[in-house]
Amino acid sequence: MVELALPKNSRMQLGKTWPKPANATRLKEYQVYRWNPDDGRNPQIDTFYVDLDDCGPMILDGLLYIKNKIDPTLTFRRSCREGICGSCAMNIDGLNTLACTKGMDEVKGAIKIYPLPHMPVIKDLVPDLTNFYAQHRSIEPWLKTVSATPQIEWKQSREDREKLDGLYECILCASCSTSCPSYWWNGDRYLGPAVLLQAYRWLIDSRDEATGERLDNLEDPFRLYRCHTIMNCANTCPKGLNPAKAIAEIKKMMVERRV
Amino acid sequence: MSMRTPLGRVRGLGSAHDGTHHFWQKRVTSVALVPLTLIVVGVVIAIPGRSHADAVALLGHPLVAITLLATLLAGIHHMHLGMQVVIEDYIHTEPTKTALVLANTFFCALMAIACVWAVVKLSFGI
Repeated sequence: MVELALPKNSRMQLGKTWPKPANATRLKEYQVYRWNPDDGRNPQIDTFYVDLDDCGPMILDGLLYIKNKIDPTLTFRRSCREGICGSCAMNIDGLNTLACTKGMDEVKGAIKIYPLPHMPVIKDLVPDLTNFYAQHRSIEPWLKTVSATPQIEWKQSREDREKLDGLYECILCASCSTSCPSYWWNGDRYLGPAVLLQAYRWLIDSRDEATGERLDNLEDPFRLYRCHTIMNCANTCPKGLNPAKAIAEIKKMMVERRV
Repeated sequence: MSMRTPLGRVRGLGSAHDGTHHFWQKRVTSVALVPLTLIVVGVVIAIPGRSHADAVALLGHPLVAITLLATLLAGIHHMHLGMQVVIEDYIHTEPTKTALVLANTFFCALMAIACVWAVVKLSFGI
């Protein structure tokens, strides 16, 4: 059955309120999900105060401030700090997004931060994305051809290249998939918006010669058709992409080859 | 705990190579139901104030009866498809899911038969 409540050992409790930085005049409150696999305790919401005069403007800057100056055990993923690696995707102020591209000033009041929803948590804000990556691997996200490989390159017209716009920009941060109720309930069998957007990226690549085979692998009541056009994916994508539209295009291709 | 690789788990039993038929049928019945429902609403509005015999005559008229049958069959088929999706979405325990999918099919089949029987009875007065 659908899990409407968290299991008992996953229910959140009020955590520690850390002292405010000394001599700070401009403060921003952070309420952050904490869970440590080693202490046997339930997850907690810790409260931190970030000194805005001693910190960069983005939410990731605040998390780094906390880690560097308040609690070095706070655990989260981050790398590029400019919205291209997808590591720092988390649920901020109720919406999955990248901590590095969302400004602190975009959130009124306390900034509430949780890991990406409905994923197993490894520690604090780090979700286990093993299944997500395996799903991406399963759609074989690379050029598949039968024709002899050309000596220089596989050619593509300008128009055909433009069809990849809005798809190739995906950074696989998993914000969309983990915002999708269908993915929450059936993430073991439904591929989810991010992976289906990638699947479509290869389906409409004019250089690819495995379109039919790719469609065969997607044609499944669970892999593809769990999408009910809820549109959370398009709403949450920090890169402004529209996975729901890509999924609709895949469904159109499915219908096209039989009607 | 399974030692199966993540990719092995994702590939699972493979693709069912199915689902498009279900998807397309839902769209076809949706499109059909738009005009059909409007006509049926019109028929229902036309009934109050008529005597029983008049109402039976209206509903038994070939054009009305055929429209009613089309609406009922398209509607019940649509309901069956939709309910199956809801069950697959929310029920993950295998025996319960199978039982509910079966119950959905049996219920919809019974509904369809009963509705057809009712409309035919009105038309032919059996």
